[in-house]
Amino acid sequence: MDKKTFDYNNIPKDKFEFCQRDESIHDKKFDTKPVGYFKDAMMRFCRNKSSIVAAFIILFLVLFAVFVPIFCSNKYTSMPTDTTYLQYTKLLPKWDLFAWAGMDGCTDMTLNKDNYYKKLAIAEETGVNPIVKVYKADYVDASSTTDTTFYDVRIDSYTNLGMTFLTLTEEEYRDIQEWQKESGIQVIYPAVDTSDLKIATLKNDASIWYKCTNKGMPKLDKDGHFQPMYKTTGSDGGYDSLRIAGDDGSYRYAVLAGTSEATSYKVRVFLYNYFQYRYGFEPAFVFGTNAYGQDILTRLAGGMRFSLVFAICISAVNLFIGAIFGAIEGYYGGKMDLILERIKDILGNIPFIVAVTLFQLHLAQKVGPIVSLLFAYVLTGWTGMAARVRMQFYRYKNQEYILAARTLGASDARLMFKHIFPNALGTLITGSILVIPSTFFSESNLTYLGIVNLDTSTRSSIGSMLAAGQPLISSYPHIMLFPAIVISLMMISFNLFGNGLRDAFNPSLRGTED
Amino acid sequence: MSTIKYICKRLALMVFVFVTILTICFVLVKLLPVTEAEQFGKDMNLILQRRKALGYDKPILVQYLIFLQKSLLGGDWGISEELYRGQEVWGMFVSKLPATVLVNVYSMLFSVPLGLALGTYAALKKNKWQDHLISTLVMVCISVPSFVYALLIQYFLCFKLQLFPLQMNSGSDYFTWSMFKSVIPAVISLGLGSVASFTRSVRAELSEVLTSDFMLLARTKGLTRAQATVRHAFRNSMVPIFPMILGEFVAILSGSLIIEKIFGVPGVGQLYVSSITARDYNFFMLLSAFYTLIGLVSGIVVDISYGIIDPRIRMGER
Repeated sequence: MDKKTFDYNNIPKDKFEFCQRDESIHDKKFDTKPVGYFKDAMMRFCRNKSSIVAAFIILFLVLFAVFVPIFCSNKYTSMPTDTTYLQYTKLLPKWDLFAWAGMDGCTDMTLNKDNYYKKLAIAEETGVNPIVKVYKADYVDASSTTDTTFYDVRIDSYTNLGMTFLTLTEEEYRDIQEWQKESGIQVIYPAVDTSDLKIATLKNDASIWYKCTNKGMPKLDKDGHFQPMYKTTGSDGGYDSLRIAGDDGSYRYAVLAGTSEATSYKVRVFLYNYFQYRYGFEPAFVFGTNAYGQDILTRLAGGMRFSLVFAICISAVNLFIGAIFGAIEGYYGGKMDLILERIKDILGNIPFIVAVTLFQLHLAQKVGPIVSLLFAYVLTGWTGMAARVRMQFYRYKNQEYILAARTLGASDARLMFKHIFPNALGTLITGSILVIPSTFFSESNLTYLGIVNLDTSTRSSIGSMLAAGQPLISSYPHIMLFPAIVISLMMISFNLFGNGLRDAFNPSLRGTED
Repeated sequence: MSTIKYICKRLALMVFVFVTILTICFVLVKLLPVTEAEQFGKDMNLILQRRKALGYDKPILVQYLIFLQKSLLGGDWGISEELYRGQEVWGMFVSKLPATVLVNVYSMLFSVPLGLALGTYAALKKNKWQDHLISTLVMVCISVPSFVYALLIQYFLCFKLQLFPLQMNSGSDYFTWSMFKSVIPAVISLGLGSVASFTRSVRAELSEVLTSDFMLLARTKGLTRAQATVRHAFRNSMVPIFPMILGEFVAILSGSLIIEKIFGVPGVGQLYVSSITARDYNFFMLLSAFYTLIGLVSGIVVDISYGIIDPRIRMGER
């Protein structure tokens, strides 16, 4: 239709038609959905980028805490009372994926000549060299008082474990031999003839298999090789398995002791390979091991899982008690408020540490440290929540809509929890989220100070891990580092998340962030 | 007049709460079993005689009256039974107080000016990159527990760079250079959290005041931005900040248990922790009373100072 030539004043009648003939005229329905209080809060929360990031970090940490103890537990971590643990202490973090970032289980150190040759001896005997790299060899340190020379090297803490003596039963001895044949990995190394050694400490040192001076310095032959002094006499109980290179069949692999009925076999084992035999995988601990040889990763994750569950429990209990207490206080007011406020004053002003101590002294024997700690938290923790609820009740209880509901015959309980309480919900949610990081903080504080001990065989708490790591901070910082990183991440992300929620639930801030 | 009435009311309430808490503590401590009696190699008769001489065999109510009379009013808190055997508890406590106060006064001197300066700067540069940087650092410093950065400071500053000794010096020569140097790590780790919280509150308050109408008036009548900020905005924003600083000043007496342990500060916090581990109940009672009192007093000081700083605020009104 050509608009320019169209005559608007004389539109023919048949061009018109009724737009609504059957239906009545009414307002158009909104195409958009209505935005309620919680939807609005959600929308504003999502606009806050740092809170979203924090939420994802929390998700990651929760997954870490839930799944690591399930998937990363193995034969090693589930045998907590095994004394072999003490052979694998203070191992450094090792994870092939992050070897470039320093998680290769190695450390830089300066060795004197004696110790350098000890490492070389391990390499010579087993074919696995603990020295990964030599930065500077055989130099003289002017500040040193002794006349030895020094080596700057990088040492693999796993192969550096070297040899140890083990006393085995007949059955264990045969089992290792079988395993050696199947896998082709040498675990037992020949026994040493210690008759030439004069010093008792050298005789008890499993790493020595070569001729050496009384100070442990190896006597090298003309070509600069170690001179072995393996045992070639006596019985080794019919050793029938792998033999080391250079063995013509005369080396003995065990020293027998005990009676003929119960013979025990004292053998030299290479700890790295013994681990493989015993636990079925090559030793590699992602976060390293602590001073007792326990795996830090699973203990940390177990501790986190406990802390999370514990904090959520406390938050829920506090919310429950605080909501009821605050509602009664705020709704009834007057004398009731005065009395309940005094109770709250007293409980809220007990220093937390005093409450914890008294509960530990009285209850820990009967119900265990965890429950008594829970009591201490609940005793003093709910007052903040109650104060929040009371505030909201004072604000809303005299408003017109409450009066209307009362006139219609609503009961007190209905007024309290149906009409007033939902107004306090936003602040309550925020409050109970922020209880979680403060619980982490005080729990790790208490365990650090040793007032509460929550350690079990499979998990530890972050505070006691940090406390155990502090004396070793100079030589083994990794024992303290990972718990510190985890608690810092948890605290930062929970605080960011909680603050984001608080801003989102605060309607007076609407529009200010843009 | 109403302020005085309010103060009196608060003080009376404080005494009531304090005495109630102490009573609860006293009864709970007295209900505990005597650990000494279970130990091997102790002469039971001797212990019983000593306890009798100290009046520990009387009924709890009588003991409680003695406690109120002698300890709370007379200031005699008994003698130490485990930790420093035979020493006066009160004297021991007083001798430990200076180290704690020293560390905490230094940390206040470090954190208040720094916090005020950073907060003001962030408020003036609101929503610029300086503000974002400061806010991020504040968030990190508030969230990360103080013992984590205490350990980091100990590792990097004390061990790697060897700037400071690992532990605080012992002894009572508090004003020498070497002592000052040895408390710096503890002061920094104690102060960082306060710096962050001061910065955060100053920024929030100041940025709110800066946008108010009287600031516009001040600029319109010809003040420069700096003049208006210092004379009008800064004073007004101090209303909630100043009570906070006062509260911290009272709380410095209590110190930090964990920082004292990490840096070996021979202070009250360490005394408290060791009294718990050694089960020395006289120390425990005294220090519990001390911590309760500090908490109560700092709360009251904060509340009262609100009314004094800003007369528009009438405390205790509904």
